[in-house]
Amino acid sequence: MNGNASQLEIADESRTSSPSRVAENQVAPPPVSYWLQVLKRLARNKTAMFGAVILLVFTIGCASAPLIAPYPIDEMNFKDRLMAPGSAHLLGTDDFGRDIFSRLLYGGRISLLTGLVTVTVASLIGVTLGVIAGYYRKVELYIMQVMDILLALPALLLAIAIIAVLGPGLTNAMIAIVIAVIPSYVRVVRAQVLSIREKEYIEAVRALGIRDRVILVKHILPNILSPIIVLMTLQFGTSILAAAALSFLGLGAQPPAPEWGAMVYVGKAFLGQAWWMSIFPGLAIMLVVLGFNLLGDGLRDALDPK
Amino acid sequence: MHRYLFRRLLSLLGTLLGVTILIFLLVQLIPGDPVQYLLGDYPTEEAIAAMNAQLGLDQPWIMRYFSFLGKLLQGDLGTSYITGITVWQEIEDRFPITLQLALYSIILATVIGIVVGMIAAVKQNTWVDRLVVFFSLLGISAPGFWIALFLIWIFAYQLSIFPISGYDGFYSLVLPSITLALGGAGMIARMTRSSMLDVIKQEYMRTAQAKGAPRTSVILMHGLQNAIIPVMTLIGLEFGSLLAGAIVTETVFSLQGLGSLAIEAIGKRDLPTIQGIVFFAAVLFALTNLLVDLLYTLFDPRIKYE
Repeated sequence: MNGNASQLEIADESRTSSPSRVAENQVAPPPVSYWLQVLKRLARNKTAMFGAVILLVFTIGCASAPLIAPYPIDEMNFKDRLMAPGSAHLLGTDDFGRDIFSRLLYGGRISLLTGLVTVTVASLIGVTLGVIAGYYRKVELYIMQVMDILLALPALLLAIAIIAVLGPGLTNAMIAIVIAVIPSYVRVVRAQVLSIREKEYIEAVRALGIRDRVILVKHILPNILSPIIVLMTLQFGTSILAAAALSFLGLGAQPPAPEWGAMVYVGKAFLGQAWWMSIFPGLAIMLVVLGFNLLGDGLRDALDPK
Repeated sequence: MHRYLFRRLLSLLGTLLGVTILIFLLVQLIPGDPVQYLLGDYPTEEAIAAMNAQLGLDQPWIMRYFSFLGKLLQGDLGTSYITGITVWQEIEDRFPITLQLALYSIILATVIGIVVGMIAAVKQNTWVDRLVVFFSLLGISAPGFWIALFLIWIFAYQLSIFPISGYDGFYSLVLPSITLALGGAGMIARMTRSSMLDVIKQEYMRTAQAKGAPRTSVILMHGLQNAIIPVMTLIGLEFGSLLAGAIVTETVFSLQGLGSLAIEAIGKRDLPTIQGIVFFAAVLFALTNLLVDLLYTLFDPRIKYE
C-alpha cells in the first residue's frame, strides 16, 4: 500500500517537472489505437484471415461437439466397423465402428486445450525468466546457462527423456513440452529486454526511483509484447504438433481417448484397409497448426510493418 | 581464429558437463527398479544385493555421478542392463541408419528448400511466390508421422513401389527421407526466401545488374552467397537434430536407428542406454552447430572470429 502511494507521488511529480515529462510521454505503453491499427492491418492480410477462419471453425466445432457430433463419442457398432466415408458416417468409422467425425470433434478439444495450457504456462515461466535474465545481470549467467543446457538437446528427445521420468500420459506430456519450449521464450524475451534496458526512457524511470518490479511490468513488458505475441501464436501450433507426436509414440494421451495423435497411431495398424482412420485425424492436426502458423505470420507482419 | 575456437570448445565443454548432470538427474528420477526388471518377479534378497553391488547401485548418487562422469571421460558410456552390450556398441550398431537418413533428408531438404525459396524471392508477390509460401507452411504444419503414413499409404499400399517398413538397403530409406525432408524443406524455403528478399534490395545487387551481369548470375553469385548465412544456421540445427535420431520417423518405418533405440531403452528402463544416447545426441548437436559457425567464414569473408 505504502509503496503504491509513493509511486503515485512520483508519478505526480513527473507531471510537474519538465525533464521527466518527456520521459513519461515515452514511457507510456502503446496506446489503444496502436493495437487497433495492428488489428486493422491484420484484417487486411488475406492469408492471416484464412488462418483465423480455420481456427474459428475448429474452435466452434470442437466447443459445440456435443451439439453437432452425429454419434456419441464411444458408441461402438461392430456391424459398421471400418466403414468407408459416406452418407451414414461422414469420415468413416474405426475398428470399433465408432464415428471418426464425432471423435475428431471431441478430440479437437484435447488438442486445442493442450495447446492453450502449454502456451500459457510456458510463456508465463519463459517470459518471467527472460525478463529477469535480461534485466538483472547477476542472475543472467545462471539462467542462460540452464537454458543452454536445455537447448543442447533436440527438443523432442528432451521431452521424451522427461516423460521417461514422469511416465506417459497427457498431463506429463504437457509438462515435458513446457520444459522443452521454455528456452525459446527466455531467449527471445531476454534479447528484447537487453535491447531496451539501456534506452533513455528506461534510464529515466529508473532515475525517478521507481522500483524494478514496476519498471519491468509497466515499462519494459508492454514494449516487448509484439515478439511475445507472435512467438506464442507460433508456439501454439508447435505445442499441438509436439503433443500429437508424443501421443502417436504412445507417450501422451492414451487410446481410447480421441486425441488426434493417438487416433493416427491406432489407425496405423489399419492403413491398408481403412486409410481414413489415420489420414483424417492427421489432416485435422495439420489444418489447426497451419491456422496458427498463418495467423502468427500475419501478426508478425502486422506488428512490424516495414 | 584459434582463440575463438578454443573459447567455443571451452563453453561447449561447460554446456556438455551441464548436460551430464541433467541426464544423470533425470535418469536417477526414472521410476521403476532396473534390478527387479533384470531378476524377474521373485528374486531373493541376496540376488538383489548382489545385482545392486554389481551395477554400482548401492553407492550414494554423488559417487555414481562421478563414476559415470569418470567413465565418460574415458569414452566409456557404460553397459546396457538389458542386453549386456556396451552402449557404444549399441550406438555403433544403430547409428549408420540414422546417419544415412539424416544425410539423405538434409540434402533433399536443402536442395528443394533453397531452389524453391530463391524462385519465390525472385518472383515475389506472383502466384508462384504465394504457392511456395503456402506449401512451405503446409510442410511445416504437417505432423511428420502423418506425412509418413500418407506416403506409406500411397507408395507402399496403393502403388507398391516402396516397402511399408523395415530396412532393406537404400530403397527402404526413400520414403523416410522424403518424410523428414518435407518439413525441413519448408523451413529452409521460408528462410531462403526472406533472407533473399533482404539481399535483393541491397545496392550491390543493383550495381551488379547495372554493370550488365546476367540476372541469373547476379542472383546466384551475389544474391545467394549473401543470403545463405541464416539459411545455413537453420540447416545446421536441422541436421543436428536429425543426427540425434528421427524418433518418430524411425518408429513409423520400423527402422533400427538411434531414435527407435531411445524409445526402446525408455520402455525397458535401460538407464545406461538412455544416458548414453542422450549424451551422444547432445555432443553431435553441439558439434554440428559449432561446425556451422565455422563454415560462415567460408561464405562470408567479412565474418572473422577473434
